[in-house]
Amino acid sequence: MRANTWAGRNKVEVRDVPDPKILNSRDAIVRITSTAICGSDLHLVDGYVPTMQDGDVMGHEFMGEVIEVGSGVSRDRLRVGDRVVVPFPIACGACAACAAELYSCCENTNPNAGIAEKMFGHPVAGIFGYSHLTGGFAGGQAQYARVPFADVGPLKIESDLSDEQVLFLSDILPTGYMGAEMCDIQPSDVVAVWGAGPVGQFAMDSARTVSYTHL
Amino acid sequence: MSLGLGVAQLAAPDRVRRLSGVDDSATSRTVVPLVGARELVHAAGLLTSRRKGAWAWTRVVGDAMDLTALGMAIAHRGGSRRRRLLAVTGAVAGITVIDLLTAVQATRSSVPAVRGARKGGSMELTATTTIRKPAPEVYAFWRNLENLPTFMAHLEQVRTTGDRTSRWTADAPFGKDVGWDAEIIEEVPGEKLAWRSTGNADVPNAGTIRFLPAPDGVSTEVHVVLVYDIPGGTIGKAVAKYFGEEPHQQLDDDLRRLKQVLETGEVVRSDGAPWGKRARKEFPQRPAQPLSDDELAKGADA
Repeated sequence: MRANTWAGRNKVEVRDVPDPKILNSRDAIVRITSTAICGSDLHLVDGYVPTMQDGDVMGHEFMGEVIEVGSGVSRDRLRVGDRVVVPFPIACGACAACAAELYSCCENTNPNAGIAEKMFGHPVAGIFGYSHLTGGFAGGQAQYARVPFADVGPLKIESDLSDEQVLFLSDILPTGYMGAEMCDIQPSDVVAVWGAGPVGQFAMDSARTVSYTHL
Repeated sequence: MSLGLGVAQLAAPDRVRRLSGVDDSATSRTVVPLVGARELVHAAGLLTSRRKGAWAWTRVVGDAMDLTALGMAIAHRGGSRRRRLLAVTGAVAGITVIDLLTAVQATRSSVPAVRGARKGGSMELTATTTIRKPAPEVYAFWRNLENLPTFMAHLEQVRTTGDRTSRWTADAPFGKDVGWDAEIIEEVPGEKLAWRSTGNADVPNAGTIRFLPAPDGVSTEVHVVLVYDIPGGTIGKAVAKYFGEEPHQQLDDDLRRLKQVLETGEVVRSDGAPWGKRARKEFPQRPAQPLSDDELAKGADA
């Protein structure tokens, strides 16, 4: 398949790489129909986040169609042909963090948690296409992606909403929403958002949603 | 040998550099005489000191440094220089083996042969994790010792040979396999397990694991203590660490994989670390891109 890969500091290259395969029983393979570039991808491209390697497939905001599921995925949960948005953190659904719905802190999905722990003092979950510190998982700026724990994260889209209407659920809409939620906005508040990029705009929309407010 | 090498490197550094295939590098003009000076220090120590065991270990450390420098030099060269470098590296690797054997021998013979009483040679490792499963389940999984190799990086196999006895096989640093018999010496179901190697083990070792209910009422705290009698003692440990073997980190990672297996059913694989417990080479890993059919077929040993 074709995939966007990191090729050294400030250099990315679309290259031919092998197609992904099932490695764990709860994996699924997704044929990607839409994918996005995140502002945080810049931190990988310019070398700010360490542990990138030549050939790493980038991208953590993607959606598509399930074309294969591992033997450990219940058919009630996910089947071939399902249309899914894939959240960027990989979550096992079984650890204490997942039980508390703190999926980005999943204690099991980052095989390189030891490196992350040394770096940050505390590990994070595995993340698609986001350096080896977050597990060394191939990302979604590609034709296909392997999605581990496919019975936990992926969000099935069963309506006729277009890709453009749901793709942002993979990362930046929840990011903006979380910003608004953390501000504990009251009806009388006047809210200002610095930086009106995509996350800023989602933060504004979310502020309107959580509370009627002046922006 | 140190004396001869040291004199040659100091008296005729350019010939040594040509012979080794590094005469194109300005750095080697500084490095070669420095290595020569170091060799003279080894020679002085070995010839004059009464603690020859310790001085033999300085040669092992020196060999480790030389192999690293040669590895770096090989990576940047081709043609006849590369061939000369490979020949020199082969020779140094051979010398390393001899130095290592000499050092182990010298250390052994200089210490009273009381098992378990060797000072500086034993290493205690502790690690803990919290697993979201009840203690009896975590205990039962560990008590079936044949499960241990699924998450412990060094273990190749554990075979149960009796109610309390078992045969363990592990791969040691420098690609050598070691085996030993073990017996369970304490067993409190759901709470505690202790075992130790028996007979004439290559690496005498013992371990204790305690299973404590966690305050959340659901999970189990796992506390592991392992004690190893490392060949070559403190310096052997330092050399292993130099080559990327960090025992504490490995035990932490072992327990992380135990948690993965018990909570999710299997060891989690990524494209960068596709072989699960074979994640010893933490960095650099293979790139985070899907594996080819070839790589998948070859598996962990590729």
